[in-house]
Amino acid sequence: MRGIQGIGLVLFLVGMLVFTALPFLSSYRLTEAMVQDQVKEIHREKLVELLQPMYGQSYPSTHAFLSAYSSNFDPYNEELKAKQAWDQVIWDDYGFALAKAAGEGPARAHPWTSLALSIGLVVLGGVLFQFAGSGSAHTSLAHTGVFHSSLKNRGVLGMLTGTYLIGFYVILYWFPAYLSPLVWMVEPIAQFLSGGPASQWFLYGLVYTLAIGVMGIRMVLKYRDNKYQQLRTASVVFFQTAFAFLIPEVLVLLNKPYFDFKNIWPLDYDFFYDYQIDTFISSGGLGLFMLIWGILLIVIGVPAFTYFYGKRWYCSWVCGCGGLAETVGDGFRHLSDKSLKAWQWERWMIHGVLALAVVMTTLTIVNYFSSFSLLGQVTNQLHSFYGFAIGSAFAGVVGTGFYPLMGNRVWCRFGCPLAAYLGLVQRFKSRFRITTNGGQCISCGNCSTHCEMGIDVRAYAQQGQNIVRSSCVGCGVCASVCPRGVLKLENGPEEGRIHEFPILIGNDSIKLRS
Amino acid sequence: MSSRHFVIIGNGISGITFARHLRKGDDQARITVISGESPYFFSRTALMYVYMGQMKWEHTQPYEPHFWKKNRIDLKQAWVKSIAFETKTLFFDSGEKLSYDVLVLATGSKPAFFGWPGQQLKGVQGLYSKQDLETMEAITSQPMERAVIVGGGLIGIELAEMLTYKKIPVTFLVRENRFWEQVLPESEADLVQKHIREHAIDLRLGTELKEILSDAQGNARAVVTTAGEEIPCGFVGIATGVTPNVDFLKNTALAIGKGVKVNSYFESSVPDVFAIGDCAEFEKPPGLGRKNLEQVWYTGRMHGETLAYNFCNTPVTYQPGVWFNSAKFFAIEYQTYGWVSPEPVGGVHDLFWQHRDGKVSFRMSLDQEGKVLGVLNLGFRLRHEFFDRAIREKWSGAKVMQELGKGVFDPEFYTPYHLDIQAAYQRQFGGAIVSSKKSFFQKLFGASQ
Repeated sequence: MRGIQGIGLVLFLVGMLVFTALPFLSSYRLTEAMVQDQVKEIHREKLVELLQPMYGQSYPSTHAFLSAYSSNFDPYNEELKAKQAWDQVIWDDYGFALAKAAGEGPARAHPWTSLALSIGLVVLGGVLFQFAGSGSAHTSLAHTGVFHSSLKNRGVLGMLTGTYLIGFYVILYWFPAYLSPLVWMVEPIAQFLSGGPASQWFLYGLVYTLAIGVMGIRMVLKYRDNKYQQLRTASVVFFQTAFAFLIPEVLVLLNKPYFDFKNIWPLDYDFFYDYQIDTFISSGGLGLFMLIWGILLIVIGVPAFTYFYGKRWYCSWVCGCGGLAETVGDGFRHLSDKSLKAWQWERWMIHGVLALAVVMTTLTIVNYFSSFSLLGQVTNQLHSFYGFAIGSAFAGVVGTGFYPLMGNRVWCRFGCPLAAYLGLVQRFKSRFRITTNGGQCISCGNCSTHCEMGIDVRAYAQQGQNIVRSSCVGCGVCASVCPRGVLKLENGPEEGRIHEFPILIGNDSIKLRS
Repeated sequence: MSSRHFVIIGNGISGITFARHLRKGDDQARITVISGESPYFFSRTALMYVYMGQMKWEHTQPYEPHFWKKNRIDLKQAWVKSIAFETKTLFFDSGEKLSYDVLVLATGSKPAFFGWPGQQLKGVQGLYSKQDLETMEAITSQPMERAVIVGGGLIGIELAEMLTYKKIPVTFLVRENRFWEQVLPESEADLVQKHIREHAIDLRLGTELKEILSDAQGNARAVVTTAGEEIPCGFVGIATGVTPNVDFLKNTALAIGKGVKVNSYFESSVPDVFAIGDCAEFEKPPGLGRKNLEQVWYTGRMHGETLAYNFCNTPVTYQPGVWFNSAKFFAIEYQTYGWVSPEPVGGVHDLFWQHRDGKVSFRMSLDQEGKVLGVLNLGFRLRHEFFDRAIREKWSGAKVMQELGKGVFDPEFYTPYHLDIQAAYQRQFGGAIVSSKKSFFQKLFGASQ
């Protein structure tokens, strides 16, 4: 089995290498027709003119191509900005679209082969590695060694992985042109699913879904004796694959709006943006249904499900961010900060983001109904600030890139406004709690150590107190690592859910608070 | 309320529980906790997880350093050399001294060694303290062909699990004819022994240690059993129980037996000196079927709670409730509530059920009238509150079975073993068990039973 595991690892690494190398194997040759094709009508004439010097030239790298593009295009925009002719400035970034159109290289020439040798090998190697490496260890012994691991305990491998992930997200959000060769290799899949071209987001969605799938297999093997873990893993894999990835693409194929039916405002922060609302309203019955469905989830779905099951119904059973955290991020869960200080930061930050999202959305809606007479410019700036700082930098770069540094739930714990909303319901009006088993706790600390949300579970368990915390996503790992059978996730009557004065069973001399 | 100076020797679960509860009840008291072992309270039970890379040392500490300052509990890291009871003064190794008004001894235990030749060699040790963990980490980081563990109890099996993590082959010597004979009935011991052997442990039952052999540098190189077999090894884990850590108190005014002699108020023979936890030896057992020495985590905590209560209220005697305990043998969890005898006892009827995979079992002991005395379960979890009540209220076996669904503490979606157990009860004792089944919708919305 070790041999097969080794082969898996080699295949995985070769795949990663090919994936990383492909963007460097591309060259570029731009033609006027490409510009005509890729640029919006209002900018077309100007860009065709500005990019004149590039036509027919060959650029050996993405960097060279983008540099040439900038040196031809930027002065024009800068001049307009200097004159404060804001309405004439071209805000659209055509870098990615033009790079994709002009690119030449192995990924474009042989998309299937490139895909097989990169993502294909990564998936195959990953699956082999998981199956061969799963051994026969029982679930409850599956957490040994994490602090002796370079990858899982902020060693060199952890730092390298973190750096790679951070780099990937920075490029994805702000320099997507560099990914255009990789986008070419998923072009045939996008054409098949949606009938349209692939974007960097399609590439990202595919990679994301495959990552959850492969690491979902790891979860099912790791927790082979734990049906709760297996079921919720199957659930997140299903919701990611069907709801987040396939259905939206098929909707596009059917000429309907791209829509993820399980994404909920305020995580889905642009749900109420004017262009979204316009899309819903202009897309007939289905569009209207999407709008109403989205609103129902916010006002009825979240409170009702959270009342019965706690926020776990979303965060560790449905959500895509949660799905990635619980599969790809599982090996990093113990890196979350458990200190009181971190909890204080957490409460300010996550509720701050929620407040920001609410203010921004309120402004957006008011503006929509007042035809942008009120604060149109401020709203636009708020949108771009939120999109940059929260939507991209926090949720993406920090949220996932920091897995090997700060654990797998950084975004969910400190930033997600939907988690904040779900958490408020969970804390104040829910039947969910983690029950502690009388006096059986031995304060060993496994629960706190392996809590991805940084909850000091032991602080409650050792005084016989139910754990009722807004941040708990109900992953169930505390109950799994507990060596004394002390913790159980339960939905039950609200009465007695929060123990103000917990009593540890077993001492008849006195009955006192712990 | 007082501004007396309470000095506690020992920062384990007993001493720390006492200090915390005293602070809750008495805002004025000056509280000092002394330990030479570690500056902060840590969970001894988690030592094995640090060794196995499942936790880091700081994770074993249930309270952050700022907790002690906030609660005005002074911590002093030092070893106490001697105590002058007449002047109420402690003398430290360093030559410093400290006076007290009330002294609480919570010095815990130390591994019991039984005078085997070679027991002082390097590589021979127990697993109790932070220092034990450190020496074990140092010694077992060297390559070695085998390690030997002596003693078939909870520390023994922990050591076996730890060494297995480091991929060191283990020979496990158990003097008795089954694992943890004082506690586990034969069927349960059998189940655990199979599980131990599944982990490639060379388990030797009915085998005693005779001596430990030395190499030229004074390291253990092999053990010899009483049967005369020599087993080469680089590490010898001694896990033959613990004994109160009271050597430095011997030959003083304090009455010492195995531990510090105390009454049911934890008062020692010297005024204003108390003893709690592992190091306390009760003059009379604190309850029916209980021992004079209580050396488990939970009782240490209860001693601390009770003594602190007594300083803040009208003193009460220590009265432990229904016995409970738990442990883990590799992957198999063990829990017990109430009284279950390891050997058959006249007039006591046992229901024993074992799952066909051989990893899960349940035993319930009933008295002559069919009332529940206790339960012992392996491989699944039972609810403390439920069984504490059932045993305290002397439920009939039939009633326990009837309600068993409420007594299960396994995670959601787990195999409902209680259905098999109810069927086994019916086969053995007859009668009809009508467990209230929930409808699909009741289940879906988590209606309580």
